[in-house]
Amino acid sequence: MAHVAHAPATAEGHAHAEHHHHEESFISKYVFSQDHKMISKQFLVTAIIMAWVAVVMSIMFRLQLAWPGEGFAFTNFFLGDKWAPGGVLSPDMYLALVTIHGTIMVFFVLTGGLSGTFANLLIPFQVGARDMASGFLNMLSYWAFFISSVLMISSLFVEGGPASAGWTVYPPLSALPKAIPGSGTGMTLWIASMAVFIASALLGGLNYVVTVLNLRTKGMKMTRLPLTIWALFITAVLGVLSFPVLLSASLLLMLDRLVGTSFYLSEIHVAGEALDNMGGSPILFQHLFWFLGHPEVYIVLLPALGITSEVIATNARKPIFGYRAMIGSILAIGFLSFIVWGHHMFLTGMNPFLGSVFVFTTLLIAIPSAVKVFNYLTTLWRGNIVLSPAMLFSVGLVATFIAGGLTGIILADSALDIPVHDTYFVVAHFHIVMGMSAIFGMFAGIYHWFPRMYGRMMNTKLGYAHFWVTFVCAFGVFFPMHYIGLAGAPRRYYDYSNFPMFDGVVDLNILITFFAITGGLAQILFTYNFFNSIWRGQKAVQNPWKSNTLEWTSPVKHMHGNWAGPLPEVHRWPYDYSKPGKAEDWVSQITPLEPGEEEDHG
Amino acid sequence: MMTLLILAVLVLGILAVTRLSRVYELTAELRGKREEEISDRDSKMNARLLWAFPFFYFAFFLWLTVAYHDQMLPVSASEHGVWLDDLLNFNWVILIVVFFITNILLFYFAGKYYHRADRRAYYYPHNNKWELGWTVVPAVVMIGIIIYGLSVWNRITTPSPAGTPEVELYAQQFKWIARYPGPDGKLGATDFRLINGTNEVGIVTPESIKARLEELAGEIAAEKKKLEDEGGYLPPAKVVEMEDHIKHLERMSGKIVNLRILMDQDIKEKGDLSQYKHGADDLVLKEFHLPVREDVKLVIRSKDVIHSAFMPHLRAQMNAVPGMSTVIHLKPTITTDSMRTVTKNAAFDFILMCNKICGASHYNMQMPLVVEPAGAYTAWLAGQKGFQTAAEPAKEAAPADTSIAPPAATAQVATATNALNTH
Repeated sequence: MAHVAHAPATAEGHAHAEHHHHEESFISKYVFSQDHKMISKQFLVTAIIMAWVAVVMSIMFRLQLAWPGEGFAFTNFFLGDKWAPGGVLSPDMYLALVTIHGTIMVFFVLTGGLSGTFANLLIPFQVGARDMASGFLNMLSYWAFFISSVLMISSLFVEGGPASAGWTVYPPLSALPKAIPGSGTGMTLWIASMAVFIASALLGGLNYVVTVLNLRTKGMKMTRLPLTIWALFITAVLGVLSFPVLLSASLLLMLDRLVGTSFYLSEIHVAGEALDNMGGSPILFQHLFWFLGHPEVYIVLLPALGITSEVIATNARKPIFGYRAMIGSILAIGFLSFIVWGHHMFLTGMNPFLGSVFVFTTLLIAIPSAVKVFNYLTTLWRGNIVLSPAMLFSVGLVATFIAGGLTGIILADSALDIPVHDTYFVVAHFHIVMGMSAIFGMFAGIYHWFPRMYGRMMNTKLGYAHFWVTFVCAFGVFFPMHYIGLAGAPRRYYDYSNFPMFDGVVDLNILITFFAITGGLAQILFTYNFFNSIWRGQKAVQNPWKSNTLEWTSPVKHMHGNWAGPLPEVHRWPYDYSKPGKAEDWVSQITPLEPGEEEDHG
Repeated sequence: MMTLLILAVLVLGILAVTRLSRVYELTAELRGKREEEISDRDSKMNARLLWAFPFFYFAFFLWLTVAYHDQMLPVSASEHGVWLDDLLNFNWVILIVVFFITNILLFYFAGKYYHRADRRAYYYPHNNKWELGWTVVPAVVMIGIIIYGLSVWNRITTPSPAGTPEVELYAQQFKWIARYPGPDGKLGATDFRLINGTNEVGIVTPESIKARLEELAGEIAAEKKKLEDEGGYLPPAKVVEMEDHIKHLERMSGKIVNLRILMDQDIKEKGDLSQYKHGADDLVLKEFHLPVREDVKLVIRSKDVIHSAFMPHLRAQMNAVPGMSTVIHLKPTITTDSMRTVTKNAAFDFILMCNKICGASHYNMQMPLVVEPAGAYTAWLAGQKGFQTAAEPAKEAAPADTSIAPPAATAQVATATNALNTH
């Protein structure tokens, strides 16, 4: 295997290089790697595989929703005669599919995949560090993620099927195998998988926080950090503070299920028998779950916003407008995300006054969100915009963030939540604002930093095709769902034909499924482009996008320690694009200020 | 055959795309074109597409709104629903204005300022006035939305005055039960351990406790006998399971005995006012009716997992949570018959559906709701049988009437019952 060949001249670099100056085995380079760049690629490839599992699941339940009761060879091929006799999805498996689709997308793709990939890749590079604070913990973080992915996938193959109580796994449904078969072994594996996943998120998150705080290179003040790092940093803080709560919630659920405790169970009579459990409260679980669950929304979204800020500034050849306001809004969103969880629970019977408090805090989030949107718009204004695939996905993110953010104002209003709670309106809202925005941010990041990850370029034309089909299909799938929801149609229904009142809107389900399948197929373009470019893409140059940040000052070919010589020194903020008086329309962060030049930024 | 065809088309399509892109890559390499050098032509093409997109986007929006306008929920059939609809429309006006403004700016800027080699971007890192503006303006708008929203929320959630008639909705996999107070106007106490074939919601009365204890004693005896007879042949795990089950049944009996002690004491202290005396005349029904233009307090409970009582036409929803009861206060304003006229749909029915994932048949857990004039409602109620009073309705109802002062509605029921009997 290739190894780091050149011994740097300086003492500092030399000491570092010596440490790694030996032939690396295949195992230590590609499998149990402690290098942030390799770990980042491991996260990304795992996430792509998991995303495909979730996409195929969604096609199966979309087929059922569009043509209820009809058999499809596609469904039968994946699920067999037990779960899809004659190709007709069974109601139990329908619930299992929506559950696992949600779990995989939220946790494995948009948390593990997004943060895992870009925090690992960008934090050491953009703060100017040799690697993460602890390479070993970082390796453990990936392998815990891998094990949890394997556990989640293995739960698809157990008797009784995987967890099927919805991705929020509310007890008592998730606690009682008598209530739904998926709450047996499948649910046990779900909890086990999530426990390992949380361990991964914590190991990763602590590492990210420590690296950002302690390993910034000389001159890299907090106010010179790229917004990607600010976003990933606050994301990591949110994760470290909130994931342990989900772990406790899951462990208590595990005890209720396996040991006979009653944390969440009381006065239950199921399958013809009264249970012994007394004194617990199912609502307690919801409080614990959403104490993670709402920050989780921003754990998913903030990295995407950070990536977009960076990609928009670079491609608009213009400083991000209001750098400090952007940091402020990230901090405000991060803080508020901890005191809004109750807006998921307005209709659980909680005290209406408490509901009012959550309405107030939730609607406050609209303010920093609006600041972000207007700052993006102003950044585009009078830019000189290179419309690369990454840039298009960033514009796409702003569009979905607007569309999904606005409907959030309806859902956050407890009174308005009454008629639309748990309807398709909610499904439309969170898929657009969280699902689409985050995945667009992730795609933007992949197209933008692919040369940094693999030393090769992705095919731009395929990238354009991928963007436009995906972008149109995203709205084609999720926009009509608002109308289905406003007609009163609940989510997680296997079939709507028992309700004549929905006859007028169910034909939208056919339209949605058409867009869903087309959008799914478009991801083949991406997957092909991604893997083909790893091996056959055009060789990348060091700084293909003429970007200011530090990762582009490191050699194309990956090396331990990232920089051959001493660590780069930072002299300016990362957004000096098209600065007046400069020959080029970019100035790298390592370029010293000229005499008399002011470091002027928001 | 069709499947094969689709599969073939797909595979060929993917192959074609990959080959084409390969050809493109090779020619690009020959011409020395670099992937990172996004040509101004490419930027321009995408810029034009970004300009075209909002036309399709807004057209789609308008088409959906126009084409599906009459498929949305019809006019609200409850008093608070009208307030909600007004609030919703108020929000829509603001949101749609913001939606159009921000999207137009986004796509206009992204499409207008595409890269040209001879241009340079305007260096504009910040402007405190602008930023203050778009912090303060959204804040002011949000305060308006919050104040209006919370004022409606407070009105909706204000508890109904004491004495408002109660109806219980009892959720279980996968059906609803409606329980109405009998002539005494009060719902009796319940306990989930008393649930059996004849007592679906577990009403506590001296008779139901007695019957349930006898039933449990029978079950325990049968299980014990089975264990004695067959225990020798059964696998040890099965024996343990049966022993556990017997213990479980004995625990249940024990708790019910405790409950009986509590009940006896309560009846001794309060006499006919005891909550355990209200259950016998309760009406446990598979039908759900409400009188029009009368306040009602819906008490919502669940037998097994979390469900949600969702009545979209009344703009009402509340979760049903095992181990606790939740409440909806509402006043229906339009009868089923009037709604049939309004919607021009002779088959229209109000519906109560489950809106919290609860198991395989979640999608079909529904019960029609009939909203009718008070007269028709009381007549319907009078025709129903009480939980334990079905055998002798007239005799039981009369003393109950004299012992406690019944609310007006109950008196009507009682009269209706008598009328029905004489008829």
